[in-house]
Amino acid sequence: MSSAGIPFVPVGAEADMDLHLRVNGREADIRVESRETLLDVLRERLHLFGTKKGCDHGQCGACTVLVDDRRVLSCLTLAVQAQDRAVTTVEGMAGHPVGRLVQAAFVAEDGLQCGYCTPGQIVSATACILEGTATSDDAIREAMSGNLCRCGAYPNIVAAIRSAAAGALRP
Amino acid sequence: MNRLAYLRAASLAEAKRALAAPGSMILAGGTTVVDLAKLDALKPDILVDIGALAALDGVDVAQGRLRIGALARMADVARNAEVRRLAPGIVQSLELAASAQIRNMATIGGNILQRTRCAYFRDARTYAACNRRAPGSGCAAAGGVTHGHAILGISDACMATYPGDLAVMLAALDAVVHTDLRDLPLLDLFAEAGSGTETVLAPDEIVTAVSVAADAAAARSSYLKVRDRRSYEFASVSVALAVGGTGDRPQVRVAVGGVATKPWRLPSVEAVLGAGSPTRERIAAAAALAAEGARTTPDNAFKTRLLTRSLERALLLALEAS
Repeated sequence: MSSAGIPFVPVGAEADMDLHLRVNGREADIRVESRETLLDVLRERLHLFGTKKGCDHGQCGACTVLVDDRRVLSCLTLAVQAQDRAVTTVEGMAGHPVGRLVQAAFVAEDGLQCGYCTPGQIVSATACILEGTATSDDAIREAMSGNLCRCGAYPNIVAAIRSAAAGALRP
Repeated sequence: MNRLAYLRAASLAEAKRALAAPGSMILAGGTTVVDLAKLDALKPDILVDIGALAALDGVDVAQGRLRIGALARMADVARNAEVRRLAPGIVQSLELAASAQIRNMATIGGNILQRTRCAYFRDARTYAACNRRAPGSGCAAAGGVTHGHAILGISDACMATYPGDLAVMLAALDAVVHTDLRDLPLLDLFAEAGSGTETVLAPDEIVTAVSVAADAAAARSSYLKVRDRRSYEFASVSVALAVGGTGDRPQVRVAVGGVATKPWRLPSVEAVLGAGSPTRERIAAAAALAAEGARTTPDNAFKTRLLTRSLERALLLALEAS
């Protein structure tokens, strides 16, 4: 193990690690630096560029992905923390029973302008519907407050989520 | 972020051994540590991930106390039926904090131990002077932009606000912090601002849980948060109340957030409230004492009036509901 520059490394601690993830249903095995974020690994190592780097500090939500079906910020997750877990990115939404409804609703309701925040919005909205928190416009705004849209497409984003949530409830 | 080594500890003992190494730091949810490491405000050489220690997760009620594991996630605690029944103020303080994504990640232990949002502390590459990052180096916030800074508990060394919500609620509930070494009152956990240390915890001490009495005051706990935008924002002022006693002679414990360098109790306010029936006049007189001893800048002077008014509102809501 290369741990150059680190003065004293306890047994078992590693600066480079073998990482196994299941990303959008496919196995991924790569070697990563322990300090790499899940966001950087998804984009730079696995070339899944759908997940966006906005602020890189947990303030904008553009990097939202599902880890074991919970929405999290991939910029504040070290990739090694997701060892052996299931990661779902916006690229996996077309094959996701609720995600595909959300994508279609964002298109139908014009829930975007520049589109940079949209992958995070769609993944976050999918989780929001599954959590059962998309019960009213106010509840959607609160549950989605971690996803910023600097174009200000919020009214159409809320409309898209309301519409997708109604569709997800239909048998 | 500097190059670092990572260990996923399989046991408390393994975590303790690794934490004995210089430059090591606990990693739980990561929402504070990963953020600050990217900014070089923290420079861990070794991150000891305690996320696999299942014994530190979960909520239980025993011997009249509600105990929340240090690794329980904010979202899971806020949804927990026992917490909702026994301490609604804890639920409010969690639901009004951060975003859904962060609440899915951040742990209760990490939430309590979160670092200040002072921009001069966070921006380590621009501002060398910070008595929190480098004791004795000075305070870049002095004379700077201080809209969010504290007005209580400050000194020339540091005026950075304690940013959390949960710990303010826990302060009103007289919570106990449990570590692998001892139990201590939450109010004794935090060191003086700018003293060069954040808490009284030893470098390898691990918070295992936090607990509160599951009593009538916890059942009548509440958390009011006032902020610059309606959601996903730190408090400008927050008020945590735990109301015990009787309807015409309530015993109210009061803690405030957003205004102080650590979770802040207001004993003089509590004394006035405890001296008689909760009339509007008594509530106003008590609230007027909230900002006693405040030291303000032109940027944050608004907080004194916002504090007294927010406290008065929270008290009226809590005591008129009785």
